[in-house]
Amino acid sequence: MRVELVKRPQQSALFSALSPFIALLLTLLAGAVMFLFLGKNPADALYYFFIEPLLETWSLHELAVKAAPLILIGVGLSICYLSNNWNIGAEGQFIIGAIAGSILPVAFPGFQSPIVLPLMLLMGIVGGAAYAGIPAWLKARFGTNEILTSLMLVYVAQLFLDWLVRGPWRNPEGFNFPETRNFHAYAVLPEIWPASGRAHWGFVFAILAALVLWFVLSRTLKGFEVKLIGQSPRAGRFAGFSRSRMIIFAFLVSGALAGLAGISEVSGAIGQLRPAISPGYGFTAIIVAFLGRLNPLGIIAAGLVLALSYLGGEAAQISIGVSDKVARAFQGMLLFFVLACDTLIHYRIRISRRVVAAKPIKAPAGHA
Amino acid sequence: MRTKKTFLALTAAAALGLAAAGAAEAQDDPTKACFIYVGPIGDFGWSYQHHQGLLQVEEELGDAVETAYLESVPEGADAERAIERFARSGCDIIFTTSFGYMDPTNKVAAKFPDVKFEHATGYKREHPNVATYNSRFHEGRYIQGVIAARMSEAGVAGYIGSFPIPEVVMGINAFVLGAQSVNPDFKVKVVWANTWFDPGKEADAAKALIDQGVDIMTQHTDSTAPMQVAAERGIKAFGQASDMIEFGPETQLTAIVDDWGPYYVERVKAVREGTWEQIDIWAGLAEGHVVMAPYTNMPDDVKALAEETEEKIRSGAFNPFTGPINKQDGTPWLAEGKVADDGTLLGMNFYVEGVDDQLPN
Repeated sequence: MRVELVKRPQQSALFSALSPFIALLLTLLAGAVMFLFLGKNPADALYYFFIEPLLETWSLHELAVKAAPLILIGVGLSICYLSNNWNIGAEGQFIIGAIAGSILPVAFPGFQSPIVLPLMLLMGIVGGAAYAGIPAWLKARFGTNEILTSLMLVYVAQLFLDWLVRGPWRNPEGFNFPETRNFHAYAVLPEIWPASGRAHWGFVFAILAALVLWFVLSRTLKGFEVKLIGQSPRAGRFAGFSRSRMIIFAFLVSGALAGLAGISEVSGAIGQLRPAISPGYGFTAIIVAFLGRLNPLGIIAAGLVLALSYLGGEAAQISIGVSDKVARAFQGMLLFFVLACDTLIHYRIRISRRVVAAKPIKAPAGHA
Repeated sequence: MRTKKTFLALTAAAALGLAAAGAAEAQDDPTKACFIYVGPIGDFGWSYQHHQGLLQVEEELGDAVETAYLESVPEGADAERAIERFARSGCDIIFTTSFGYMDPTNKVAAKFPDVKFEHATGYKREHPNVATYNSRFHEGRYIQGVIAARMSEAGVAGYIGSFPIPEVVMGINAFVLGAQSVNPDFKVKVVWANTWFDPGKEADAAKALIDQGVDIMTQHTDSTAPMQVAAERGIKAFGQASDMIEFGPETQLTAIVDDWGPYYVERVKAVREGTWEQIDIWAGLAEGHVVMAPYTNMPDDVKALAEETEEKIRSGAFNPFTGPINKQDGTPWLAEGKVADDGTLLGMNFYVEGVDDQLPN
């Protein structure tokens, strides 16, 4: 007996739309089973995990803090993925954006003026875009595999940051601890509504970016070009669109948004550079982009869901004493079910009982 | 478990209320003590020992206290949220147990003046509701140095450092001074793991040091990996933060055990009784905050010397940082008979003679 995946001639539009919700539901069910095995009441556990963090204003602020980078990076990635450019290096672009944006407050702390913050944001955007430009240029010019180049540049960025905060940028008053000086008041991204919590303007940037990209994708020629080249490069060529220019465009947009996310996080949430400034936002944003169906509005919702899984992990740890690793398990299950649902929408399972001895077993072509 | 405990406490309180039939005042709410750990409580090192302190608080104060903890909280943006979550969830006292929580602790403390904050190993007390506490681990390091110099044939010990902050540098120096009191030519090789807890990196560091010829291993990181590597490679080692004898029954010479329990009990009681005040405490062997694990796997004369050294330090007859001491480059630092003051030690950013490493800068 063997199990095969057979491509469906037609995909159900209904289930394509429902797929993220089915995936969420399956994740919740699997989560309930997991809690049962951990000896916790699943209803309590799911309540603390997914409901409790939404009940208080300050917690909603924290949700916005956590969701901002995920949404910003996620919407940028959607342009890349829609146009068939597999940018896996958003984490690196996030870090380089943070570093470029931090040049002013760290290296020139004496330069204090209201212009500092806008300059920092701009430098963060440029830094992230430039860093994404490397794999883009390599792909457009030499046809290198952007999955590998963009991913490997993440490690370069991480080590560069590590070197900076331990070496030239280390806080002279920091007792040798690997971190830069704290940003001065002009370099801190303000909180939106300081009286009730610490959500900063990064969340506003994220929502604006999502709205703008949604408009571009659904209402403009550029959006049509992105999707056309992604779905059929040949048709794109006939339409007179340049594939290499699209590669550069997609990577620059995605890198710029990741860079903006980086400098917003550092300037709004952390207040200094440290050896690790991201708990893997650039990678989690890949889940966010797919969970949001590569639609910027969907990505806002997906970003909030993933952010909730971080907060819920903490809440569940405090209230019912489950391990902090549960949040990671949830994120993993979510991605698994999203991809599984998508696969089953595009393919159906055929179980053939005939034993085919001579034929080599071929792995089904994956749908990414 | 905690929910159950709360439930029990509530039931008990309700029963008591009924029994007293309103004649007596209702029992006070339990005091809520909350702990934030940088590593997992299963690290068998730093965070494990803090958690032992929590357990002691539960044991000694019983129903008068309710506890909660968060483990593996990264230093940085997430720490502030974790601390704030605790402050909002009704904690009366919050222990933040890693150096990197210093700024987040002070930030949150500003917003919650009624909650008490206790930050381990830091130096910033920006608000009256922030206290700091630390232990004189270097006293134990000195004893380890004495033992190392007697036990080592190579005359070189390996030292796995976490971050080159004064706390760690001070420990390395104390170890070297202890060793040199036995063998003036003794050397220490240092490898920086740049992490508090990463068994993989710590094991690699241990292997690298052993390959460079050290035959005694000591560490200022929190996992048991270096002890296990030392056991595999047949050299001796010192445990860190907790008694790691189970991980190296034939390897561990002794361990510096951080005993936070008595301090935590005292501070939680103080909150309960309304006598809590901001303090900055730095206690050691004498107060029982630093405890040496049994001296094992060594000849009796070495053990006797170790015990004698421990007693000298405990009684205050001897301070590990007593001159003459030269800096690494040979320039004099402390004159004959002079003792370093606490301020200098807490800001220590230089090696003494005999450390075979360049301090990263």
